[in-house]
Amino acid sequence: MFEISTFIILFSMFLALVSAIIGKTVYDKILAVNIFGTVTVLFIALFGFLTKRPEFLDIALVYALINFISTIAILKFFEYGDMSSSSIEKEEGDI
Amino acid sequence: MIVIYINIIILFLLIITSIAINQQDNLFAATMLTGIFSLLSASLFVCLDAVDVAFTEAAVGAGIALILFLGTLASIKYKEKVKNKVSVSGLLLVIPTGFLLIYGIHDIPSFGALDNPVQTYLADRYITGSSKEIGIPNLVTSVLASYRGHDTLGEVTVIFTACIGVLMLLGRSRGDYRGIVDKEES
Repeated sequence: MFEISTFIILFSMFLALVSAIIGKTVYDKILAVNIFGTVTVLFIALFGFLTKRPEFLDIALVYALINFISTIAILKFFEYGDMSSSSIEKEEGDI
Repeated sequence: MIVIYINIIILFLLIITSIAINQQDNLFAATMLTGIFSLLSASLFVCLDAVDVAFTEAAVGAGIALILFLGTLASIKYKEKVKNKVSVSGLLLVIPTGFLLIYGIHDIPSFGALDNPVQTYLADRYITGSSKEIGIPNLVTSVLASYRGHDTLGEVTVIFTACIGVLMLLGRSRGDYRGIVDKEES
């Protein structure tokens, strides 16, 4: 059961990679990287159960956090064109 | 057995990603693909039971390196200057290096074999002898700092060099970059 789902996850990794390569706009690529990170989290969680060591679930959680941080960094880069600027003047505040 | 197939698939995806990074002339797209590359290699490290390395790869490769790349991209232009010329000296350097690396594989014991040094005597030696030989109570520290001392020194040198490179790129003011790019274009 875990084997089949692992191979399906690997196939969706391949699809995310294809969409990152052939995606026309920048946003396609950002979305593809985000999907790829999510699929990696799923893969690591599944791999733990596949090898009968579900302790790997913690690592999958940390991967999810890192993926979130890098997506925020990319989007912030696009909003301000810079990594060091802040949005104190704006009403919404920083992310 | 199934883990081997998973490894093969991930290695195949890594090859596709690296070829795609090479073909990109848009630097932003190449940065995104680099993030995918490090996530893939982190999955590969998990499959190879090197969970700590996978952890570092995900944090550094997909997290910090991506942010550093983007910070550098904020200072320069997005498009790479396309060079169609084939560099002969580069080829002369790369091909023998590749042959040397493949030649070096012969000495490495096969992956997961039972008669590997690590399965027979190495782990026992570390567990029983390291506190006498090195004098550090922590096993991991004595392996990293003494048995693999040269390896760790090399890693630290690489990290230091990379840090200097990034600081040199980011430390200059924006005006300098515009000047350089305009001169090259005109």
